[in-house]
Amino acid sequence: MSDKIEIAGPDDQHPLSRLRAFTEARIGLGRHGAGLPTRAHLDFAEAHARARDAVHSDFQAEAIAATLESAGFTAIGAASEAGDRATYLRRPDLGRRLSQRSVADLASRAEMPFDLVVVVADGLSATAVNAHGAAVAMGVLNAVPKSWRVAPVVVARGARVALSDPIGAALRAKIALMLIGERPGLSAANSLGAYLTFAPKPGRSDADRNCVSNIRPGGLRPEIAGDKLAGLIIRAAELGLSGTKLKDDADDRLGVETPAAAIGPAAD
Amino acid sequence: MSQETLKALLAEASPARSGDFLAGVAAENQEARVKAQRILADTSLADILNTPLIDPAEDDVSALIEAQHDAEAFRPIAGFSVGDLRDFLLSDQATSEAIAALKWALTPEMVAAVSKICRNQDLIAIARKRPVVTQFRTTVGEPGRLSVRIQPNHPTDDAKGVAASILDGLAFGCGDAVIGINPATDSPSAMRRLLDLIEELRLRLDCPVQSCVLAHVTTAIDCMARGAPVDLVFQSIAGSEKANASFGINLSMLKEAHDAAQAMQRGTVGQNVMYFETGQGAALSANAHFGIDQQTMEARAYAVARAFDPLLVNTVVGFIGPEYLYDGKEITRAGLEDHFCGKLLGVPMGVDVCYTNHAEADQDDMDNLLTLLAVAGVNFVMGVPGSDDVMLNYQSTSYHDAAYVRRALGLKPAPEFEAWAKDVGVFDEAGFLLPETDGGDRGLIARSKLLEAAE
Repeated sequence: MSDKIEIAGPDDQHPLSRLRAFTEARIGLGRHGAGLPTRAHLDFAEAHARARDAVHSDFQAEAIAATLESAGFTAIGAASEAGDRATYLRRPDLGRRLSQRSVADLASRAEMPFDLVVVVADGLSATAVNAHGAAVAMGVLNAVPKSWRVAPVVVARGARVALSDPIGAALRAKIALMLIGERPGLSAANSLGAYLTFAPKPGRSDADRNCVSNIRPGGLRPEIAGDKLAGLIIRAAELGLSGTKLKDDADDRLGVETPAAAIGPAAD
Repeated sequence: MSQETLKALLAEASPARSGDFLAGVAAENQEARVKAQRILADTSLADILNTPLIDPAEDDVSALIEAQHDAEAFRPIAGFSVGDLRDFLLSDQATSEAIAALKWALTPEMVAAVSKICRNQDLIAIARKRPVVTQFRTTVGEPGRLSVRIQPNHPTDDAKGVAASILDGLAFGCGDAVIGINPATDSPSAMRRLLDLIEELRLRLDCPVQSCVLAHVTTAIDCMARGAPVDLVFQSIAGSEKANASFGINLSMLKEAHDAAQAMQRGTVGQNVMYFETGQGAALSANAHFGIDQQTMEARAYAVARAFDPLLVNTVVGFIGPEYLYDGKEITRAGLEDHFCGKLLGVPMGVDVCYTNHAEADQDDMDNLLTLLAVAGVNFVMGVPGSDDVMLNYQSTSYHDAAYVRRALGLKPAPEFEAWAKDVGVFDEAGFLLPETDGGDRGLIARSKLLEAAE
């Protein structure tokens, strides 16, 4: 009765393992009885934990503002009407509305209309924005024409994509660019999405926007995203529009995904 | 009773969930909720029948609900209150046959109402008594069986990637509900390519399964007109004409697709040709809920489903996000409600037991709901490799989960598929998964010629 119990080998022996080259899907994991092998179970748990942490991570708004200001840009804080994270998750409508105080703060900066406002916002992954929100914003601002009147970068807390509408309206900005943390996936918890809206004002729909998603190391790299986004912004300014019509024109040149609705719930 | 009174009563009696708060229709506190449940329990079914929640002249789903109602079948329960209906359904008098006889007597609003005064236990016990069996190449929904959809999604619809996921699922004894792919691109050519892929694999393995590419119904109609091998036609549906319009569909389009698919006569043991998906919150997200709570709206979608004799109806319960169903508790409740309401209305219900990363839920919650639904007699669940849908970016049940719950509760797959899986060495003589080391899946992989194709 003292025979050693043998357990089948690791899952890289699985006959399907060679097919993993064709898909990211978790195939050929092997099984013990019906159960998931320990390694595969903990791999999954780790990916999910990373995504959960990203949803609930602290938004380092002050650090982002400090980074921007040390590079010579002006930053201003703003908040939606979603007071805390639990409210934010339950009430996307509140995350699309600007708090009264922020409306007043922003309006006081808008003596003259702006050509562009860039918003850096937490969305569903503060992890993403903390990591590369400021860098992408600076990349954009460095690449748009020097003659443009650019608003202070708005660092917004509790934001959904459409918060860029009241922000843009309060600042009287011709174009709003929202850089926002996307809903974390198991494969990546640090993706930033960029949403461009011409003539932002409350009531704009996803069809009025253009979206560039998956901005992260390993996706669209943050250090080159700024140039790409600036190209899209300049094109929107030339044509005087954003959304589906801009896509028709810019699709091939920029590889832009649009309208925003086409990529699903993302951060909205 | 006025339309507004009944809407408010149903909404306030609904167990708490974030979507009803978002819509501003939820009870203001817990005591108010239970008070509403007491009033609802005393409300007569006849009152509910005579108070359409949306004017049938302005909403074709309401008109359909009215047209489906069978006054003759209703007569034995015409004097019931909602509370009486609950008591009856729980009683030993309510046999499978007795409940099934009420299929066209019950309306979505009646079953939604009774669900609101049921505990989870009641939702399970009653649904378990009401099997709904449908057929195409397999027979789905018999008591003692649990079928699985293989969901082999791929972000670019890569043929080898999709095929690898399918094969992994077949080796676990999954796929007897359907092999159903959410395509990355909704076009007739993309759909055709995926259909041909499954068709080739199915014929090579001589496996009794049906395929579905979950493109828009108009894409399927286009494909059928060009002679593509369409087994099941898919469409997302909801509980109002306006919500369906937001999906770009109406009832006559569903009828056209249904008739075209049936005319192809591709089923062997039956001709249920539709696959529908639903989910609480869909109508609200399209601003097409008319002040009706999300669970009642969901039950109304089943009136649409049952008009077309579907093979499969799947409530995608946790996909929509925490603004509609906040956490594991709300997702669990909604999954049991949807399954219960669908079954009472004679709909072949399956459930996508799932969650997104911004919901307060995890694998443990999914294990619980899967187990509860399997006890309740759910027709089918999803099988996603390792629970991770790499195209839709959410987590559903896995091939492993399906194998777990079949083994834990002694459930078998569809009989035609069971016979095939025994034949190829995936199942033992009793119909349960053989140890992996016995090499059944190696044989299957060899027969698929997939590895050769991948060289």
